[in-house]
Amino acid sequence: MLSFVLRRLAVLIPTFIGVSIIAFAFIRILPGDPVMLMSGERVMAPERYEELTRQLGFHRPLAIQYLDYLGGILTGDFGNSLVTRRPVLTEFFTRFPATLELSLCAIILAVAVGVPLGIVAAVKRGSWLDQSIMGAALVGYSMPIFWWGLLLIIFFSGVLQLTPVSGRISLLYYFPPVTGFMLIDSLLSGQEGAFRSALSHLVLPTIVLATIPLAVIARQTRSAMLEVLGEDYVRTARSKGLAPRRVIGLHALRNALIPVITTIGLQVGVLMAGAILTESIFSWPGIGKWMVDSVFRRDYAVVQGGLLLIAGFIMLVNLIVDVLYGLVNPRIRH
Amino acid sequence: MKTKLAFAAALLAATAVGGAAHAKTFVYCSEGSPEGFDPGLYTAGTTFDAAAHTVYNRLLEFKPGTTETVPGLAESWEISDDGLQYTFHLRPGVKFQTTDFFTPSRDLNADDVIFSFERQWQEDHPWHGYVSGASWEYFNGMGMPDLIESIEKVDDMTVRFTLKRREAPFLANLAMPFASIVSKEYADQLEADGNMQTLNQQPLGTGPFEFVAYQPDAVIRYRSHEDYWNGQQPIDDLVFAITPDASVRYQKLQAGECHLMPYPNAADVESMKANPDLTVMEQEGLNVAYLAYNSQQPPFDNPQVRKALNMAINEEAIIEAVFQGLASPAKNPIPPTMWSYNEEIEDEPYDPEAARQMLEEAGVTDLSMKVWAMPVSRPYMLNARRAAELIQSDFAEVGVDVEIVTYEWAEYLDRSKEVDRDGAVLLGWTGDNGDPDNFLHTLLGCDAVGGNNRAQWCNEEFDNLVVEAKQLTEQEERAELYRQAQEVFKREAPWATLDHSISVVPMRKEVQGFVQSPLGDFAFEGVDLAE
Amino acid sequence: MAEINRKQADAAIGLEGGPKVAATRRAMLAEFWYYFRQNRGAVLGLVVFTVIVLIAIFAPLLAPYSPSTQIRGALLVPPVWEEGGRWEFILGTDAVGRDLLSRLLYGARFSLFIGLVVVTLSVTVGVCVGLIAGYFRGATDTVIMRLMDIILAFPSLLLALVLVAVLGPGLFNAMIAIALVLQPHFVRLTRAAVMAEKGRDYVTAARVAGAGNLRLMFRTILPNCTAPLIVQATLSFSTAILDAAALGFLGMGAQPPTPEWGTMLAEAREFILRAWWVVTFPGLAILITVLAINLMGDGLRDALDPKLKRS
Repeated sequence: MLSFVLRRLAVLIPTFIGVSIIAFAFIRILPGDPVMLMSGERVMAPERYEELTRQLGFHRPLAIQYLDYLGGILTGDFGNSLVTRRPVLTEFFTRFPATLELSLCAIILAVAVGVPLGIVAAVKRGSWLDQSIMGAALVGYSMPIFWWGLLLIIFFSGVLQLTPVSGRISLLYYFPPVTGFMLIDSLLSGQEGAFRSALSHLVLPTIVLATIPLAVIARQTRSAMLEVLGEDYVRTARSKGLAPRRVIGLHALRNALIPVITTIGLQVGVLMAGAILTESIFSWPGIGKWMVDSVFRRDYAVVQGGLLLIAGFIMLVNLIVDVLYGLVNPRIRH
Repeated sequence: MKTKLAFAAALLAATAVGGAAHAKTFVYCSEGSPEGFDPGLYTAGTTFDAAAHTVYNRLLEFKPGTTETVPGLAESWEISDDGLQYTFHLRPGVKFQTTDFFTPSRDLNADDVIFSFERQWQEDHPWHGYVSGASWEYFNGMGMPDLIESIEKVDDMTVRFTLKRREAPFLANLAMPFASIVSKEYADQLEADGNMQTLNQQPLGTGPFEFVAYQPDAVIRYRSHEDYWNGQQPIDDLVFAITPDASVRYQKLQAGECHLMPYPNAADVESMKANPDLTVMEQEGLNVAYLAYNSQQPPFDNPQVRKALNMAINEEAIIEAVFQGLASPAKNPIPPTMWSYNEEIEDEPYDPEAARQMLEEAGVTDLSMKVWAMPVSRPYMLNARRAAELIQSDFAEVGVDVEIVTYEWAEYLDRSKEVDRDGAVLLGWTGDNGDPDNFLHTLLGCDAVGGNNRAQWCNEEFDNLVVEAKQLTEQEERAELYRQAQEVFKREAPWATLDHSISVVPMRKEVQGFVQSPLGDFAFEGVDLAE
Repeated sequence: MAEINRKQADAAIGLEGGPKVAATRRAMLAEFWYYFRQNRGAVLGLVVFTVIVLIAIFAPLLAPYSPSTQIRGALLVPPVWEEGGRWEFILGTDAVGRDLLSRLLYGARFSLFIGLVVVTLSVTVGVCVGLIAGYFRGATDTVIMRLMDIILAFPSLLLALVLVAVLGPGLFNAMIAIALVLQPHFVRLTRAAVMAEKGRDYVTAARVAGAGNLRLMFRTILPNCTAPLIVQATLSFSTAILDAAALGFLGMGAQPPTPEWGTMLAEAREFILRAWWVVTFPGLAILITVLAINLMGDGLRDALDPKLKRS
């Protein structure tokens, strides 16, 4: 098992270095001089321009800048944001819990709804129920979520006034962040109504972010179930006279869930991409929105550090999923 | 909605802050995160609203609602006869804020003032580079390093600035956010602790509100400063709810989740005015949008051609399509809220027929030109692309073929400066200190050709007027020169002046005492909530 | 299932056989159509998609106005069934008085064009690279697959966003960026299929018969890997439309005044409370198009290769 993990790691390290080169290279060829942007309409004297460029180290050869950067990363220094002048790593970790909380809620919702729907569809294969579930799943899968989010806001926040428009909690509650997860922090704070408020802020973004993973998981569960239901041992169990519910619960489901788990792991990348749009729509203070803002502000340091950290996170999650899968299914270790 | 807010506020009073029975919380739905909390380091209005106008004061302040300067931390001042020495007498007994993170042991004195400026000015000052890439953008941008000869402490409560030359707008500069006065005692302690960065994250000053906490991209919290020299604030807590999307801000305002918001969508203003829960304030902003021809290139070196093109532009149509009517057509390069604005000048009429004739007389046929459209939305021009499209169809009407070009913003700013640039540039300006010099000399002076002067226009008569006005101290004399300069400008027409945008501030009915600033600031000193 | 696999294998051998080729192809097509027709959703998708293609082709004939004509007296006119709606603007107008219906009809051109270009680009590049990796294996393979891993390590939309920022916002650059983030899927699929097919008898037979590397790669192996590629291409077509719209929505795709649906949504966002129609219709257009393509994709997958049903 250990050698399996080590082998996966050995593959990851060159990939990570490649990722860092790409992140670095992208940013250096971005048009739009960050020094120029500092002054906006106000024109800067050429001497000051040069001084600032020098201060920020943009005048050195690219290779030196890269090695310097890589060296920094190894010591946990991802550079400073050009806008706020604060360390990129600090900025990342102040926002990351918000994204993580939203993503976790979304994946929980997607699994909690998607798996049962998939099972029902498979068991009732061909029925109107199956068809409508699969139809809805396909609509969800085809959904432009940025539009979907706007529609939900118009309807639930605008017309019905049921949910708040944006943010993570009503501003009237204030407590210092402990875990960074608003749901947990609001409970810890002991303030009445705080948890409810945090929850109601989460509802719409969670639905929007969960839409595509939910559809994928429902479809995946259905086909995995169908496959398993056709296998010999299930047929045997059936012919032995086991109750259909037991057959599905005991035999089929357990085996069908293995590919579903892989699918869930693969949704992490999808969730991160979705977070970019969802967070932009709901002003959710997470890393997705932070990245989009930084791209527009030409905050080189943040874009490159953020790309790297996000890619690193996804690679880590995929590694964990691989290892888990290896545990469940020893055949693939070799 | 109102009850919902009141109920929640009561809850808050009972549970959160503990103690204060009638805690009044004012929520401002701000448009973005501040870059940091040291106003000297940055240039964005968002940052100034969050740091300069809450936590800090300056030697002079702008009188609310005007661009006039009034005493702030300096109670009075004298200017020497040669106009080079400014002596400021500090207000006695001004307290710094006492917070969880710092307890001051003394009142404001001359050391604080000198520290606040020297750190921006002297490159070898230990605080000059306390954050990486600190550039003290406004201090430099307003030309202070070339202007200041010395800053000295006359006594504990008196500071003297000596200038290298006469500069009338100097006093107005000192009322700008970058000139905020920070506590030297606090800075010394941070330096001793090795936490210099903290100055930019946990600000401490003499202003009406003290800093409590900031959650990036989400919320900033302030508390009223109990010992504020200008009297304690009617509200107890001030909250900035960071909400970048304008339609979301409006929904929050409607839902009672905030009390006041900046920068509404022009499209929403009508429905805001119709909403009985809201009050809507309007004021012409201190800005101008223009189309700058390259006056060094034929045929645009001919004032007749420039005037003809100006007459072909339908300003009203631009104002309708881009601002939904929330802007006023511009005839002068300075906005009407600014002193010395020349009312008498007549704008070129919108007259395509006459424009076509004038072009013919000038011997211009088959003209094709480029119009540059900014890629970003600015207060003075919400959608340059849309405006450019309208200008394109207006010019087509008089037989001028227009190609719209655009570049990424930094590149746009850079390329549009070039003296041999091809095409007319859409751009604008928002005033910094309310002085006409900040428009007329900065944007149209001969020094600025190849820089801020996007028309690349150097007119001796105009330049003499604005340079002379800079050196006088009497406002009325200066105003006369500026009025003449505006006449020269109109005659020569280096720009098509397009519009001054109207800034609209919607707020809930219960908000009292908010004064709209022509400088575009959002300051909440003295703001109250009716029960 | 087994039956079809055998048929395919037969067909594959038939390809090398010469005279039987045309007949087998016709038989395959007929079989494909038989299975495709079984899926009502797929047929519906095909019909809708055909309509959208026709709209795109005949947009100038169908649209009552040019997509860029601004009617100054008709800003934000609501759809005809709403109060204040007018018959000349069935779906209403936008903020500068452009007819929404006309813009939507023209918008179909952009979305289909985006899908087509992106899929062509990513299939061409992806298949070639995948063939090389799968056929030659060894160091070439390792380098290529590492590179694909690197691309896949980023969330696709984020990568596309940064790429477009690098290249400069615009429709063309958005298409290049999306093609780049989509092509690793083709590389992986092709490589896997090539590796599976390479050891088969018919390949060995062709090699013995003296076929060169290029011929083996493109003429012998590739035609037998097309089924999964076609399915993936269909999915990529809809992904490309969605991603391009998302980039447009974030302000990094097609630039105004292009009537691209995502860009229209971005422009309309400020009217979300005042003029629901400028927000609703472009999104609906995206959804319908993408849904139609995905329905077709499902049908194609079922008809082409039952083995793929699981994903």
